[in-house]
Amino acid sequence: MSSTEHNAAAAGAAQGEGGMAIDPMHQFEIKRLMDWKIGGLDISFTNASLWMVIIVCVVSLVLLAGSTKMVPGRLQSLGELAYEFVSNMMRDILGDSGRAFFPLVFTLFMFVLAANMLGMLPYSFTVTSHIIVTFGLAAFVFIGATVVGFAKHGTHYLKLFVPSGVPSILLPLLVVIEVISYFTRPISLSVRLFANMMAGHTMLKVFAGFVVGMGFLGGWLPLAMMVALTGLEILVAFLQAYVFAVLTCIYLNDAINMH
Amino acid sequence: MEAEAAKLIGAGLAAIALAGAGVGIGHIFGNYLAGALRNPAAAQSQFPNLLLGFALAEATGLFGLVVALIILFVF
Repeated sequence: MSSTEHNAAAAGAAQGEGGMAIDPMHQFEIKRLMDWKIGGLDISFTNASLWMVIIVCVVSLVLLAGSTKMVPGRLQSLGELAYEFVSNMMRDILGDSGRAFFPLVFTLFMFVLAANMLGMLPYSFTVTSHIIVTFGLAAFVFIGATVVGFAKHGTHYLKLFVPSGVPSILLPLLVVIEVISYFTRPISLSVRLFANMMAGHTMLKVFAGFVVGMGFLGGWLPLAMMVALTGLEILVAFLQAYVFAVLTCIYLNDAINMH
Repeated sequence: MEAEAAKLIGAGLAAIALAGAGVGIGHIFGNYLAGALRNPAAAQSQFPNLLLGFALAEATGLFGLVVALIILFVF
């Protein structure tokens, strides 16, 4: 008993002395694994790049591994489940006009889902906890939807900014609001995913710090909290991938069907 | 006031935004439960909307948390 108490006291002291002994932001650090440079451009292979490669490999393995059978095995069932889930969601929001965009939405959904889920593994790296990754995805969706809208409707697409059935006095104000809300779409789409992932992982790390800091006797309560929070984080990891896909569909719906 | 102290106070104030997220999430789940008890047959079909609303409400609160973290770790 005395040795455990001694350990607990030592751990508490170490945390007190170190100050930043447990840094919740340390897990988001980007390390260069291979230093590559082209001219002035830094294209180093970082741990984020490594995890994106792993994500693509895992998704490809789950969806493509093994021969497809009439009676699906476990992996094939998982793939079919994912396919039907995204397919139903797209049919609900976009109708049949948006079938051409199924590969895009499915790829985005699987990438974000795999990134969030693999990020839940201890010692892994969550690529979606970096704003540049999520903003890249969101900017792609935003520019893509805008291009599709203009390609399909021409300049008629600008009527998206003019709500119908509004008194003409209010119209200038509403057009401004619509334009602003349209251009904040990529920001809200990317910050939502990034903030959820970063806040969740920071929170887990802070609670992990409590477990160590409170020692053998007091650490059980934050440990139990951590188990519950990990469950919540897995739910959030799925939900955010789902929300990302749903909002992509809604933006595409604006572009294809114009409300 | 020292800049360090002001930083900590600002980060704490920014975290108040999470109160709004709490109200919003409670509202969504409470209303879903009320609706589901009135009409259990329709509850299952609205479950995706519940999750969507939960995620959207949670995200707005997390924007405040991001501001707090930016204040703490960037400046």
